[in-house]
Amino acid sequence: MAFLTDRKRAVGMGSAKSGTEHAWMMKVSSIALLILIPLFIFNFGATLGGSYEEVVAHYSRPYPAILTALTLAVGFMHFKNGVQITIEDYVGGLNRKLLIIAMICLSYAAAATGIFAIARLAL
Amino acid sequence: MADVNRGNRPLSPFMLGKYYRFQLNSVTSILTRITGVALLLGALLVVWWLLAAASGPEYFATVDWIVTSFIGDLIMLGSAWALWYHLLAGLRHLVWDQAKMLDMETADKLSWGVIGGSVVLTLITIIAV
Repeated sequence: MAFLTDRKRAVGMGSAKSGTEHAWMMKVSSIALLILIPLFIFNFGATLGGSYEEVVAHYSRPYPAILTALTLAVGFMHFKNGVQITIEDYVGGLNRKLLIIAMICLSYAAAATGIFAIARLAL
Repeated sequence: MADVNRGNRPLSPFMLGKYYRFQLNSVTSILTRITGVALLLGALLVVWWLLAAASGPEYFATVDWIVTSFIGDLIMLGSAWALWYHLLAGLRHLVWDQAKMLDMETADKLSWGVIGGSVVLTLITIIAV
């Protein structure tokens, strides 16, 4: 024991054991969303409140379809990773695991549903 | 092992308020998380609305009525502000991650920039769309 350095004793003792990858993915998705979100807000805002025909025509065009699908995919993955850290900080025990699993499932389900809807509207 | 207190530690945010005074930086920082989590509601509403549009005119009419109702408008307005706030506050964290602009004076200025910027951008959004 006495021969172990402080660093050696600390390595791998973190709660997630994959914190670097997690932090890096948050950084990548946040920078992607810095570009996607402003474009999405004005694109979505322009079509919200329109008639059914207007909305279908809007998402039949490549730019709104690709932008919205990308925003939903990157956005929900960003949410999945972000909310996991939040849950890890404020919830303990079994509830922590259950909540994280629920949020991961919800994020994938919502992203898949949104992308399916866009694909059906666009094609 | 040195860690004898396993699993019996206080859970965040036990420091807030009681031991740690609320201040501009901590409030604007925690609001980043709150807006991030709250955005789930608006995001799910948008997904539901898109699914309805993909399903046909009747289902779209129902969901569109809910999304553009008074409550729906309120959620969309709140989500627009939350998106802008989370974006600006997130940008601030990206800058801080580079160990830049961390001194108190600059950090406070950034806080007011995030608050003011999110309000201005929300107003621009309301006017533009």
